[in-house]
Amino acid sequence: MTKPRMFEKPSGVRDYLPEAVRKLRYIEREALHTMECWGYKQIITPTMEFYDTVGTASSTSDHKLFKLLNQRGTTMVLRSDMTAPIARVVSSLLGKEPFPIRLSYHANVFRSMEEEAGREAEFYQTGAELVGDGAPEADAEVIALAIACLKATGIDRFKVALGHHGYLQGLFEYTLPQGGEPQTRLKQCLVQRDVVGFREQVSALTVTAEQKERLEAVLQLRGGRSVLAAARGIADEPAMEASLLHLEQVWEVLEAYGVSEHIVLDLTMMGDFSYYTGMIFEGYAAEMGFPVMSGGRYDNLLQQFGRSAPATGFALKTTRIMDAISSDQQDNERGAAATIIHYDELCRREALTEAARLRAEGRIVITQRVDQLN
Amino acid sequence: MQDWLKVAMPKGRIYKQASALFREAGLSVPEDEDDSRKLIIDVPAAQMQFIMAKPVDVPTYVEYGVADVGIVGKDVLMEESKDVYELLDLGIARCRMSVIGLPSWKPVIHLRVATKYPNVASQYFREQGQQVEVIKLNGSIELAPLIGLADRIVDMVETGKTLKENGLVELEEMFGITSRLIANRVSYRMKNELIQGLCDRLQAVISPQVTL
Repeated sequence: MTKPRMFEKPSGVRDYLPEAVRKLRYIEREALHTMECWGYKQIITPTMEFYDTVGTASSTSDHKLFKLLNQRGTTMVLRSDMTAPIARVVSSLLGKEPFPIRLSYHANVFRSMEEEAGREAEFYQTGAELVGDGAPEADAEVIALAIACLKATGIDRFKVALGHHGYLQGLFEYTLPQGGEPQTRLKQCLVQRDVVGFREQVSALTVTAEQKERLEAVLQLRGGRSVLAAARGIADEPAMEASLLHLEQVWEVLEAYGVSEHIVLDLTMMGDFSYYTGMIFEGYAAEMGFPVMSGGRYDNLLQQFGRSAPATGFALKTTRIMDAISSDQQDNERGAAATIIHYDELCRREALTEAARLRAEGRIVITQRVDQLN
Repeated sequence: MQDWLKVAMPKGRIYKQASALFREAGLSVPEDEDDSRKLIIDVPAAQMQFIMAKPVDVPTYVEYGVADVGIVGKDVLMEESKDVYELLDLGIARCRMSVIGLPSWKPVIHLRVATKYPNVASQYFREQGQQVEVIKLNGSIELAPLIGLADRIVDMVETGKTLKENGLVELEEMFGITSRLIANRVSYRMKNELIQGLCDRLQAVISPQVTL
């Protein structure tokens, strides 16, 4: 690479000028306040972690982790999400704390960029984790909280897609019990959202026409609550049945929260993170090209840190929400223009006293000496 | 405009076939690209807005969500690997990606392959267990083996006429290519009914695949 010019910064990172910071703080404040009202306490963890602990536990693929060496030659990573660090804290520092534990965070995370611009290497996430509760009630709580946070930040047209990792896994085990390559290829198609590829792979399989129909049918499992009944018809398999029962219960609780109108079921959805084990969800706002939040259940992550427990949570993609909300949304509260007090040497004391009085009232005051402008 | 679909349409060869398919599906869209060189064309009858794009850019528009859906060749999708939904094989603009060389081709020590599709080519040869040097060219790929820039090329073959005229042959057929309907991740949810509707209408008129 050529030597950078003085104005340049690494690609994928941003400067936040005052107006952007105001937006970011607004979202952070509204979201964290909402989480606090739901009993989630905020924690802060270090930016840097060991590669061998948090690095390998996080589901960010290896080449997307920012790695560095400390002076002893140990590999460190810049955290790529907050879920793994929180799992570490819950298993160690909070190891004696009884479950359930409700924690929230607002933090910058790092992912080494794809080749393409537009993907950020450092961005902010505001999220919550509910650790130690495996019930559908807990899953519904984090979804409802995520929705409450979106609303609090001023996003009103949005949808949340809800799926279940266990259902797909069960279906693949049932239709392709020998596992291996064909299963991996089908999953890969779903992860890449390649519906065409999925159909091609299914029709090329050497299984009975009945099994092919089952796999093909999963593509139709998108929509409202009726999807669950349709999903039951596909196969009678314990893991699939358990997943559907779980989703049904989650749905019932979401109805009680009064938010089910925002939910669409999509049983073809594979979470972006490999540590998800149960229900997964993703939120979309109108006029935004990229999802604004995602979450799911990860019941196997905690045991990697030595305290086995079910857990569920979500993260708002705060930096993206920043682009979605208009700047006038937060203007009214802090919109008041600053008062400027000009003074000269003679009335300095009065000027500064007056400024202090006004600031105590909550006004924004700028003082400027004017008799000796060089 | 909330109930309109923004469609990224590829300019050129694919447009004609895609628009014919749209019309067959009962959507009245213009047959030819506008002579006025307009980049954005409203198609009120179909409640669509066409964004006329260079084919290779279609996945980018869709990934960023400035277009809800798009029509693009599988060749471009494989080369660009964007995060979009690939919903439907439209069965149009059918051709194949092939390894091409002179009829006298024999393995050489230092393998060099010229192509417009460096990612596709690298991946293909890696899967074949061959390490090759990939040379990216932007056009007239057939020149490369004729003048000794590369010993083989990877390119799309539709009729094979250009190859024949230049004395080249298909050494290996890599895979078939058709155009696909792709969708943005958010539009796929927020405008699900519109997109599903388009999908169903197109699906109904797509000609069954001719076995190669």
